[in-house]
Amino acid sequence: MKFRGKTHKVGDHIDTDAIIPARFLVSSDPAELGAKCMEGLEPGWINRVAKGDILVAGKNFGCGSSREHAPIAIRGAGIPVVIAHSFARIFYRNALDMGLAVLEVGDGVDAIADGQIIEVDAAKGVIRNEDTGALIPVMPFPEFIRAMLEGGGLVPYTRKRLAERKAQ
Amino acid sequence: MASLTLAQKILSRHVGREVVPGEIIACPVSMALANDITAPLAIKAFADMGAERVFDPARVALVMDHFTPQKDIASAEQVCISREFAARMGIIHYYEGGDAGVEHALLPELGLVGPWDVVVGADSHTCTYGALGAFATGMGSTDIASAMALGEIWLRVPVSIRCVFSGEMPPFVSAKDLILWLISRIGVDGARYKALEFSGAAIDALSVEGRMTMANMAIEAGGKAGLFSADAKTLEYCRLAGYPDPQPVAADAGAEYESEVVCDVSTLQPLVACPHLPENVRPAREADCGPIQQVVIGSCTNGRIEDLRMAASVLKGRKVARTVRCIVLPATPNIWKKALAEGLIATFMEAGCVVGPATCGPCLGGHMGILARGEKCVATTNRNFKGRMGSLDSEIYLAGPAVAAASAVAGRIAEPGML
Repeated sequence: MKFRGKTHKVGDHIDTDAIIPARFLVSSDPAELGAKCMEGLEPGWINRVAKGDILVAGKNFGCGSSREHAPIAIRGAGIPVVIAHSFARIFYRNALDMGLAVLEVGDGVDAIADGQIIEVDAAKGVIRNEDTGALIPVMPFPEFIRAMLEGGGLVPYTRKRLAERKAQ
Repeated sequence: MASLTLAQKILSRHVGREVVPGEIIACPVSMALANDITAPLAIKAFADMGAERVFDPARVALVMDHFTPQKDIASAEQVCISREFAARMGIIHYYEGGDAGVEHALLPELGLVGPWDVVVGADSHTCTYGALGAFATGMGSTDIASAMALGEIWLRVPVSIRCVFSGEMPPFVSAKDLILWLISRIGVDGARYKALEFSGAAIDALSVEGRMTMANMAIEAGGKAGLFSADAKTLEYCRLAGYPDPQPVAADAGAEYESEVVCDVSTLQPLVACPHLPENVRPAREADCGPIQQVVIGSCTNGRIEDLRMAASVLKGRKVARTVRCIVLPATPNIWKKALAEGLIATFMEAGCVVGPATCGPCLGGHMGILARGEKCVATTNRNFKGRMGSLDSEIYLAGPAVAAASAVAGRIAEPGML
């Protein structure tokens, strides 16, 4: 898993109402939700974002509701990876389930500013800030999570479990 | 046998061996839940998984409560998807229209959740059932689709924070003030990935409804669960609701906690969480924000009969300020009927409130009470994130029912003692 792109930095405790306000939850379409990504933080935020850009956040990113529409909106906006000081628990699960890469870096997030170009190597567990040359270590996924991700996420995992049961 | 926390104890029973914090388990579930926003996504994921039937039609609940009564065509269609799926799968606990209420008030009332259960729901406030001694936690739709298909879910066993509340509650201080106090103390991510475990004399004295208010907001501290022992009160509540053969559960003496927080509730006063985070807590007396335009009394946090009784006791013989719309939403049809029979609805109407149906509606800015630019609202709901109830330039102040009702009368933030 490698990514390279321009950063868009947001603060601490960015909640799911900021990522995708509830009034847009009458759809689950990635393109429709993506067009409204971060509309609860700043209307028109999405206009600054190009495909492949990287979202960088502070503490507790994705706190609030369990809406899976939040990671879907981020992916729908063309953002493949979110780097944060820390993530709220439900958002973290949802992102992995949806195939959105989420990397927790703790205070390492301070070495990334808005509008910089960074390169992420999730397998090696390192982020390189091309503008400053800074190297930021990434916390590895727990083993179970890595296995699930490698299998393609929760949908294939469940499909496999169901098939195993049928075979028994 | 080691000494176990409530979380460990309940999860251990479900996996059939002793579990330790930090390990990832595949855990059988007692109930899987989704609502009109999250069910359609779960149903889609369920199909993508190749699942043909739910693991048990009696252990899946679908409650249409967020954008209901259906507020527009798109939300009505979301309900259609859920209704059709429920019929196709033979799901017994599908609730819509006059059978539906706010899910976390409805399920306990129907006796569908109880002590020792593991409940997963595609709604972050699923943690409410911790009040009954269930390990209950919110997840996303795809996780719930997997739970509906397999009857199990992967979980990391959490460490627990012990929260001890002692002392006697002063008048007009309620469960909401206790949980707001805790969130302000540990912060909105203070319990991230952890379970909160509540105990102490003030918790023992609290009603099951009050415990639900507290467990409900565990997520507002980032918590995975908010857990209470199932004591005689819990068992009585569950029996009356029709839950089959509820059994007591309590943590072991000597269980290991990650940390401990202690509060003497006799020192508390009615509190308010100011914009835009639930941790920005101040005494109601010191939280004046000028004129308010809306009050909401309801939600999965504070829409139960005791909450309505407390609000009505403040509103009785008084009038809502003419500049305020005070919206009262009893959380379930049963609560509505009780409030009607007890004369609470008459009190609300005489005071000049708008009394509406059981819905999540305004709490998440869905409908039935949306804020305009510059408007301020005192709500008994659970989140005051920027723009949650409407305009990005509006403000939400979270409080218990007594402060909400007093504020409706005063036209600004007030506690009953200030009227």
